[in-house]
Amino acid sequence: MMLFQSMKMAMKSILSSKIRSFLTMLGIIIGVSSVIALVSIGQGTTSQITESLNSLGTNQLTVNITGRGATTSLTYEEALALGEIEGVDGVSPVISGNVTAKKGTENTTVSVEGITPSYETVQDFHVQSGRFLLDIDTEYRQKVALIGSDTAETLFGTEDPVGQNVQLNGRSFKIVGLLESKGSSLGGSNDEKILIPISTAERFLQSKGVRSITVTTDSADIVTDVKARLEASLDKKFNYADNSYSVFDSQEMLETVSETSDTLSMALAGIAGISLLVGGIGIMNIMIVSVNERTREIGIRKAIGAKKLNILLQFMIESVVLSGFGGLIGVGLGLFISWAVGHYSTMNVATDWNMVAISFIFSLFIGVVFGMMPANKAARMRPINALRND
Amino acid sequence: MSSAAPLIRVENMIHRYTMAGESMTILKGLSFTIEHGEFVAIIGPSGSGKSTLMNMLGCLDVANEGDYFLDGQEIRKLSDNKLAQIRNEKIGFIFQNFNLLPKLSAIENVELPLIYRGLTHKERREAARNSLIRVGLEERMDHRPSELSGGQQQRVAIARALAGTPPILLADEPTGALDTKTGQEVLQMIRELNQQGHTIILITHDLEIAQQAKRIIRIQDGNLVEDRRNAL
Repeated sequence: MMLFQSMKMAMKSILSSKIRSFLTMLGIIIGVSSVIALVSIGQGTTSQITESLNSLGTNQLTVNITGRGATTSLTYEEALALGEIEGVDGVSPVISGNVTAKKGTENTTVSVEGITPSYETVQDFHVQSGRFLLDIDTEYRQKVALIGSDTAETLFGTEDPVGQNVQLNGRSFKIVGLLESKGSSLGGSNDEKILIPISTAERFLQSKGVRSITVTTDSADIVTDVKARLEASLDKKFNYADNSYSVFDSQEMLETVSETSDTLSMALAGIAGISLLVGGIGIMNIMIVSVNERTREIGIRKAIGAKKLNILLQFMIESVVLSGFGGLIGVGLGLFISWAVGHYSTMNVATDWNMVAISFIFSLFIGVVFGMMPANKAARMRPINALRND
Repeated sequence: MSSAAPLIRVENMIHRYTMAGESMTILKGLSFTIEHGEFVAIIGPSGSGKSTLMNMLGCLDVANEGDYFLDGQEIRKLSDNKLAQIRNEKIGFIFQNFNLLPKLSAIENVELPLIYRGLTHKERREAARNSLIRVGLEERMDHRPSELSGGQQQRVAIARALAGTPPILLADEPTGALDTKTGQEVLQMIRELNQQGHTIILITHDLEIAQQAKRIIRIQDGNLVEDRRNAL
């Protein structure tokens, strides 16, 4: 009953100075809405990155050879020999370069990758029409090519490219297959490239050897073990020279990314939390002013029988209602900002409802903490001193 | 709490203030009693200690020394919260500058002491309405103090003092902020309340106003210098 009365008094006093109340709440509103919006955006971005890493395959290792001294690459045979390592399922060495592709009057610069047929399973990348490259293409250094969907559209428009010829740096290659559309991954677009047999590429691109090898393992669980064995084998090959190669492990990357983004989320939440704290100080400031202004009111209330607790509750509730109301508006604004960012930009947004609840409860808590001091000041006023104030 | 005991008994009340390191004795050992149904004016020039005495009688403050029994209860020993409760139940304050809360309507102001007494909304409204009817302001219940004349505001304040039916009405210069005519009306109302059985303590510096009371206690320099009954 008393609580309800105090609540009514608090509402009355808040509503009687709307602009001041709103400005007081503004700190909390900004704090809560920025916590919610920033955390939502942070988590959305994390899940976006995680997803694209996962799409690489969790049982995949990518070896990049930078070389040391005379040996700056592996030969095609050396690369294939990595398949002998225990736990390795598939090996897909790649030689890459850029060429000018020409068809009739259309021409475009496109990246070319020399691959083996194992590419199809290791990279999980298939053709939508025609056929994939075969062992026989590699063996006889055939001038055949697979074409990415975007490149096909650039060169052939709506025509079916399969069976047609394309000029790569002036040499004619026969297109035997059109690759499926795969979109972009961390390595760039998958749809703007041309794949040719690795043996053809060795000569055609005049590249001495393999610099990139993708390896799949038998299962995701043994990725770390396989990586160690792979590194041991490569160390031997490069005489333990530093920085001669690097092994990219998508799982490890995943951990790093999620760790980084967790740290980032915490930092964002921390910054937003600070603005909440500043909002709380704003509330305390206004409450102190309000207590001073209403010294006479406090005196009158005490003279006619208000106890300490009545006065304490009145001012505490006022501060909690202010901060809670601010928190509520902040939640609404934060959700709206998250929605707007997700809707009008390419960023991914994932609303964390725990965070919404926590930030609202935190705003109430701030009302309690920062209302305590002014309310206590009011409650402890002696009625004769309070009444004397004119 | 038998009605035979005096309503107020003050014995050797002494009170000091320390101002700028200097101790000043404001009340120098006052003793008197006030019975149920009396109409007492406490008179004295400013600085005589009558305001301090009013604070003591109204339980807004507690004297350093001496005893004060109100309605059989010893005030010295009470906690702040208990004092608040005594003020709420035993004393109706009527102040010189009305001391109404400007943001509340007349009836809400009158209700205020009853909120702190813990009455329900319905009970409070009922009592506040009756109280305002007694002071003749039933037409103005929903007006704010700023929409009322000085006399009307003081009547709201009287209604507030009456709402909780306390045994004592403590009026501190109730006509001080009013013109002579309105002052007379307010005084008339206070006299009528006394005739209806309310005990009234009127604090004033004005002898003419004090003459309207049945008994005059004169304070000077913290001492009681005169205590006489008015022949009316």
